[in-house]
Amino acid sequence: MELRSHIPDGPLAAKWERHRSEIKLVNPANKRKHHILVVGSGLAGASAAASLAELGYRVSCFCFQDSARRAHSIAAQGGINAAKNYQNDGDSVFRLFYDTIKGGDFRAREANVYRLAEVSARIIDQCAAQGVPFAREYGGLLANRSFGGVQVARTFYARGQTGQQLLLGAYQALSRQIGIGTVQMNPRAEMLDLVVIDGRARGIIVRDLVTGAVSAHAGDAVVLATGGYSNVYYLSTNAKGCNVTAIWRAYKRGATFANPCFTQIHPTCIPQTGPHQSKLTLMSESLRNDGRIWVPNKKGDTRPPHQIPEEERDYYLERLYPSYGNLAPRDIASRRAKEVCDEGRGVGPGGGGHGVYLDFRDAIARLGRQVIAERYGNLFEMYQRITGEDPFQVPMRIYPAPHYTMGGLWVDYNLMTTLDGLYAIGEANFSDHGANRLGASALMQGLADGYFILPYTIGDYLAQAKAPKVDAEHPAFRHVQGEVDERVRRLLAASGRKTVDAFHRELGRVMWDKCGMSRNAAGLKEAIGRIGALRDEFWRDVYVGGKGEDLNQSLEHAGRVADFFEFAELMCHDALHREESCGCHFREEYQTPEGEARRDDERFGYVAAWEFAGVGKEPVLHKEPLAFEAVHLAQRSYQ
Amino acid sequence: MHLTLHVWRQRGPGLLGGFVRYAMTDVSPDMSFLEMLDVLNQQLLARKDDPIAFDHDCREGICGACGMVINGRPHGPQRATTTCQLHMRSFSDGTDLWIEPWRARAFPVIKDLVVDRGAFDRIIQAGGFITARTGSAPEANSLLVPKRDADLAMDAAACIGCGACVAACPNASAMLFVAAKVSHLGLLPQGQPERDGRVVTMVAQMDAEEFGACTNHGECMAACPKEISIDFIAQLNRDYWKAAVRASPPPSSPSPPRQTS
Repeated sequence: MELRSHIPDGPLAAKWERHRSEIKLVNPANKRKHHILVVGSGLAGASAAASLAELGYRVSCFCFQDSARRAHSIAAQGGINAAKNYQNDGDSVFRLFYDTIKGGDFRAREANVYRLAEVSARIIDQCAAQGVPFAREYGGLLANRSFGGVQVARTFYARGQTGQQLLLGAYQALSRQIGIGTVQMNPRAEMLDLVVIDGRARGIIVRDLVTGAVSAHAGDAVVLATGGYSNVYYLSTNAKGCNVTAIWRAYKRGATFANPCFTQIHPTCIPQTGPHQSKLTLMSESLRNDGRIWVPNKKGDTRPPHQIPEEERDYYLERLYPSYGNLAPRDIASRRAKEVCDEGRGVGPGGGGHGVYLDFRDAIARLGRQVIAERYGNLFEMYQRITGEDPFQVPMRIYPAPHYTMGGLWVDYNLMTTLDGLYAIGEANFSDHGANRLGASALMQGLADGYFILPYTIGDYLAQAKAPKVDAEHPAFRHVQGEVDERVRRLLAASGRKTVDAFHRELGRVMWDKCGMSRNAAGLKEAIGRIGALRDEFWRDVYVGGKGEDLNQSLEHAGRVADFFEFAELMCHDALHREESCGCHFREEYQTPEGEARRDDERFGYVAAWEFAGVGKEPVLHKEPLAFEAVHLAQRSYQ
Repeated sequence: MHLTLHVWRQRGPGLLGGFVRYAMTDVSPDMSFLEMLDVLNQQLLARKDDPIAFDHDCREGICGACGMVINGRPHGPQRATTTCQLHMRSFSDGTDLWIEPWRARAFPVIKDLVVDRGAFDRIIQAGGFITARTGSAPEANSLLVPKRDADLAMDAAACIGCGACVAACPNASAMLFVAAKVSHLGLLPQGQPERDGRVVTMVAQMDAEEFGACTNHGECMAACPKEISIDFIAQLNRDYWKAAVRASPPPSSPSPPRQTS
């Protein structure tokens, strides 16, 4: 297999414009003859489904939630970046592009990232027109704030609920299309497999989560907007339902999976309280704008924070990174937090815990309680609800948690995977964030893909594909549907002793310990062995219960965990093969004497795209070399 | 903590359901309410019983998926808190907890605590949007929105569509949900061209879904995890009557929102 990225020729700044002018268009009268299946209804999926329907395509959209409005994009808090330069602080398309490439530690594709920065401004226009209630200045103009890892204020926000408001904008645009009958919406429907005919994606197999009915859906193209896979760690900030199944099934049907080991650990989450913990809650990174992060100088210091005098506090990010301080990028902030906790200086009940302070004392003194309440009121309330502590009185405690996955299905410049007619957008693809994503860039990418990129590029394929029409009666659909039925039957037939949840927790522990914030070869090899053994045990000893013909949440979970077990191994393979540290991928063997990541551009300046080689066989590695023309590869420095 | 749970169990739509009693021991006050149910479900599975079905996803109080009536109150006793964010420290040791699904004709029970809230989606599909084709938007700062209006619109837009307002209302009315969307969009300059049509079609859909009439009890606002104000219902009524008087555009002959006092 050859990875063809289809990056247009010409200077970086002219590529997209030129490509848009040159790609094929579908005759308006023919658009309704094309049926597009969109899986997922988050920012990427909803915006794509709505925009494609507006163009005249017939669209079917699927989501596992009970409503399209509940996709996990809704939980994004902080904001969305755009190169508007409204603050007159020197922002530009190039600067947003450069920050994103640099933040990603030079492991993303230049052309894609430049395009992302280019369309970013139009996203804000689009969302404002839809009625997204962005924060405003007193004069009625849009407000901005600065956000983790950059030095300009280019982040647009709607209180601490930016993801919610952007998603509702896309959901409402989608709802309008559903109402006029151009999109057929299928909530509580989970994609369980992909159907490939003659090398092209031609449809999906879906299980209705209420009736259990498994059905086949045929189309001319399939768009996967199914989000990320942080739940491989069990405990993450993702919603409980987030899973890898759709993209994993696509991988097993021939799409390659890029950089699976690039997973972001977010520095500002509420620490775990006990073994019952079901998920971790993120506190927006915007808190780092005004909060100061510290731990006691002394190990095992059990004094309450207000009794620890100033000179016995270590504001370690400010000490190590004087110019960025508490705004150091996520990967660095996370790793340093783990380090101080591993040293025994963590805080939390009893001292020596897994937490660091995020302290607003100085900000409250400087700006006043009211300003802080206005900026972070709902976040403070949320923190208090969960922990029972008031951040106005006691510093917050935070700890890193898995949050976002930069890896995903490999896509070309057109967002098409290595399977013809199969597209991956949003967090489900790998394309724009390299080895680390900057704050407020996920919303930007999801909406860029869905509103402004896929609607153009998919037409190029449909105009030229000339694939014969197939329907769900085609033998290939029958065959794949039979395999899905068999997998469901096998899960239900297992009558072991352990619950799905127990297995998921065990898998999560292995992944967090060995393939989490820092990794090493010995640990990864051990993990691969343990995952294989656990997977065998899962199929032998799991108990799912219930029936296949009704709402069975244990069965839903079982299918997702079964796929996580297979996927986890690929993640470890990828982490093991990448013998360098870059972005969030920190290999303990490859670091500078100061403990910073040591990149190896010579050997690893490429995208690792893995091809499925069969069950129990080593996946095949394909490399897409990354060429940098517009930027100079620098060692990231936030000091 | 030790608790006695009485949980509504119902095998499927239209079937008879009833409360089943479960004794819970060793509940940690740091658990969320849903984590407490997770633990119970693990115990049920261990004895090969059917676990309790309930909707949930983000567990951060924003997706709107979760929701159950706890001791007669949607989302339980704590103000401005969804079920997933409710923690067991809100209850005292030895308490009896009665746990039921949302109860409304427009929200039929699917299984146990899971209900079908598709009616909310259909109300939005009927008109809860601003028509803005992708690509056609003007430069964002060409449109000024006074901060006060933007803030008020955001207050309304904070609705998570969980349905607690319907569950709390003695008449199972969806007025707060509809009012929040009508107000969010109607307060913004972008929302003006479709303002009249929007309120009329959304109210018509609300009625078609067989939600009850507004009773002005204010239970909806008390139960709302996002504290959406019933002032927005007044706004909805004003918008509705203005639209009815202007009767433009006429999608169908509008019937007034049913209202009793």
